[in-house]
Amino acid sequence: MSVPLEHDYIGLSEASSMERSSDKISSSSSSSTLSTEEEKNNVLNLKETELRLGLPGSESPERKAGFGVSLYGTDSLGPLKNFGSGAKRGFSDAINGSSDKWVFSANGGYEVDLGKGTVLFSPRGGNGGLEKNNTQQCNLPRVPPSKHVEKQTSPANEHASAPAAKAQVVGWPPIRSFRKNAMATNVSKNSDTVEGNPGSGCLYVKVSMDGAPYLRKVDLKNYCNYAELSSALEKMFSCFTLGQCTSGLPGQEGLTESRLMDLLHGSEYVQTYEDKDGDWMLVGDVPWE
Amino acid sequence: YLSNTSTLSTKMAKSFPEEVLEHVFSFITSDSDRNAVSLVCKSWYEIERWCRKRVFVGNCYAVSPRILTRRFPEVRSVEIKGKPHFADFNLVPEGWGGCVYPWISAMAGAYPWLEEIRLKRMVVSDEALELISTSFCNFKVLVLSSCEGFSTDGLASIAANCRELRVLDLRESEVDDLSGHWLSHFPDTWTSLVSLNIACLGSEVSFSALERLVARSPNLRTLRLNRAVSLEKLHNLLCRAPQLVEFGTGAYSSELRPDVFSNLAGAFSGCKQLKGLSGFWDVVPAYLPAIYLTCSGLTSLNLSYATIQSPDLVKLVSQCHNLQRLWVLDYIEDIGLDALAASCKHLQELRVFPSDPYVVDPNVSLTERGLVAVSEGCPKLQSVLYFCRQMSNAALVAIARNRPNLVCFRLCIIEPRAPDYLTLEPLDAGFGAIVEHCKELRRLSLSGLLTDRVFEYIGTRGRKLEMLSIAFAGESDLGLHHVLSGCESLRKLEIRDCPFGDKALLANAAKLETMRSLWMSSCSVSFGACKLLGQKLPRLNVEVIDERGSPDSRPESCPVEKLYIYRTVAGPRVDMPPFVWTIDEDAALRV
Repeated sequence: MSVPLEHDYIGLSEASSMERSSDKISSSSSSSTLSTEEEKNNVLNLKETELRLGLPGSESPERKAGFGVSLYGTDSLGPLKNFGSGAKRGFSDAINGSSDKWVFSANGGYEVDLGKGTVLFSPRGGNGGLEKNNTQQCNLPRVPPSKHVEKQTSPANEHASAPAAKAQVVGWPPIRSFRKNAMATNVSKNSDTVEGNPGSGCLYVKVSMDGAPYLRKVDLKNYCNYAELSSALEKMFSCFTLGQCTSGLPGQEGLTESRLMDLLHGSEYVQTYEDKDGDWMLVGDVPWE
Repeated sequence: YLSNTSTLSTKMAKSFPEEVLEHVFSFITSDSDRNAVSLVCKSWYEIERWCRKRVFVGNCYAVSPRILTRRFPEVRSVEIKGKPHFADFNLVPEGWGGCVYPWISAMAGAYPWLEEIRLKRMVVSDEALELISTSFCNFKVLVLSSCEGFSTDGLASIAANCRELRVLDLRESEVDDLSGHWLSHFPDTWTSLVSLNIACLGSEVSFSALERLVARSPNLRTLRLNRAVSLEKLHNLLCRAPQLVEFGTGAYSSELRPDVFSNLAGAFSGCKQLKGLSGFWDVVPAYLPAIYLTCSGLTSLNLSYATIQSPDLVKLVSQCHNLQRLWVLDYIEDIGLDALAASCKHLQELRVFPSDPYVVDPNVSLTERGLVAVSEGCPKLQSVLYFCRQMSNAALVAIARNRPNLVCFRLCIIEPRAPDYLTLEPLDAGFGAIVEHCKELRRLSLSGLLTDRVFEYIGTRGRKLEMLSIAFAGESDLGLHHVLSGCESLRKLEIRDCPFGDKALLANAAKLETMRSLWMSSCSVSFGACKLLGQKLPRLNVEVIDERGSPDSRPESCPVEKLYIYRTVAGPRVDMPPFVWTIDEDAALRV
């Protein structure tokens, strides 16, 4: 069968030969690295691999904390990527419940508070020690200037999960308290002003799905509520779900532009690029300009 | 004939009038030269001590107030330093000491004409400030650098009583900020203000009082505001003080409004003498162009609180062709440092601070390349403080070769013990090159993976090195031995988290009397060795700081938490807190 490999990753998650540094957050994974369970998943259990955005109240499957995504080293995708490196991903279920506070963590793990309706993505399971309680206001001490959030041409490095922070040694690095306090206050002020800043027209966020061979970017400004975002993401990642994607099915709902391009070009491959975090991104999500 | 001239010359030497000598000495201002002069002979010692006007006390416990006032009766200006440098990084427990009150009290009696007090890392109480304000009728200059222990009430006494005050500089002090009203205590008749630095204050000072103060101070040269002063108000102040030479903004942010912008830009361009800018908290980049017209005159720019990105920084810095000093956050990135190297050929001092030091991965693209570029492009660069996440021996060698005129080199690689990221070797060779090529190097801070070898280089080649900071480095006592047995000019040595123990210290005990101080924390120096040092060297104070309780309650071989050794003529301290123990000659443990 000529299903392009990248559309059918299920069952190819043999033990990843990538290294994973221990203080990187392991994305909660939808497929375990070995075993029969995996095979079972391939054949029977779509739920395990299906992308779910759990809106408050929806049920979500238990994620297996375990090793994640394997990138089978096919030529089309280049060398194996270390998912651990810098890119903290875990597009896990939206946080349950009562809180509407979602926070995007940006740029190697800062939290950017988008004001009302911010989103917190936190990976379940192995988390380099920064498990945040979703219902609380997140207060990581530092946040980048709002400019990071609004970059258009170079994709804002916003990741869906928290960064690994070191256990802090007293007095190291050698920075005076005056400066530490001043920077800490910078952070909270910045997070307040992000929304207020003269806008660029879009807010790109990186999205990853465990097991997907590359990541996507979505412009949050295209959506006006979570339901829209959720369905857009489902569509975006639907091709990764077993059985739903072949290269020649134009009737699929919600074809993205890039999918269309693939079809037009009749190619079995998609174009990806490696961004500065070391993630492979699908070409086309961010407008050329 | 011959005997006549020889008797004539001896006569002259004996009766050389004191007034003439005094006049000659008045041209000798450096402390070390003054000290040298006083050692020539008894009469010179006497003349010199009566005419010394300015005294610097590098360690407040090295000498007592009484000794100071007894030797130098006519002092007009005093500078005193208290806590060891590592207190800046929370390594010295609260309550350790460095209280200035005894000094003020002694000087209040001895120096009624005292004009200037400059303190660094001392504990200054409101009572001390009040005593200052009422004891010295001609008091002009108060500089409190990294001090603590006082509130705005103390500042109010200074404001109310010091009629001749010219300088009030609170740089980086921790002030108990009770209210902003203290500023209003300056009388309306007081017009002699030259320099005001309140950047460290948290709360808002009364702006109208500030405005009136600025308006009636024609000699005002330096004004550093605190964060609470909003951007819209800046032009009010600047317009009233077009003669300003140094200015520190408050929070540099506001909704972008054309009238506010043009007022601000106009006010800045009216300050034709402006040489230094600082402040810039919470910067809104759109307001930066308001200072563009001042850039060509700027020699000093402190953007180290400005969270603006590389492109904005580059636009700003590329216009500052006369810049001599730049303090900036690592948002400048390598690309910004390239631009700096290209535009600022007069740069002497660069400090790059980390925007997020507690995250493992780099949040900005700032590497060793930026520093190498500046070392290549800026021929006058002599002082560097650089925080980064990767370094290589090759880069350090390049920097050393490019800039043999470096005087101060402080490198902080954020990850302790990080090796050369290219070769994974220790950075011994790199730092070795620095001490070898930079023959005038006076201050050095090490970081990264380092073996004992780097200390061999430093000991033998660091001949002018006066201050050395070591952290997470070395392998054995040999490292410390290299430093203590070499480094002829070493005055201050501070060490943390290194595997240095008793042997090197005991073998080089005499060296410690030639230095101002030694700090060691989280090393392997035993209590027994401290006792030995304290016994053998009576002119040293050997102080053990240990919050686990009396060192006597543990075996002598047990390492102490922290150790602070300094030379003194004042004997052991009398104001030690419960967690500081000193050893005196009869090896009694004194608390």
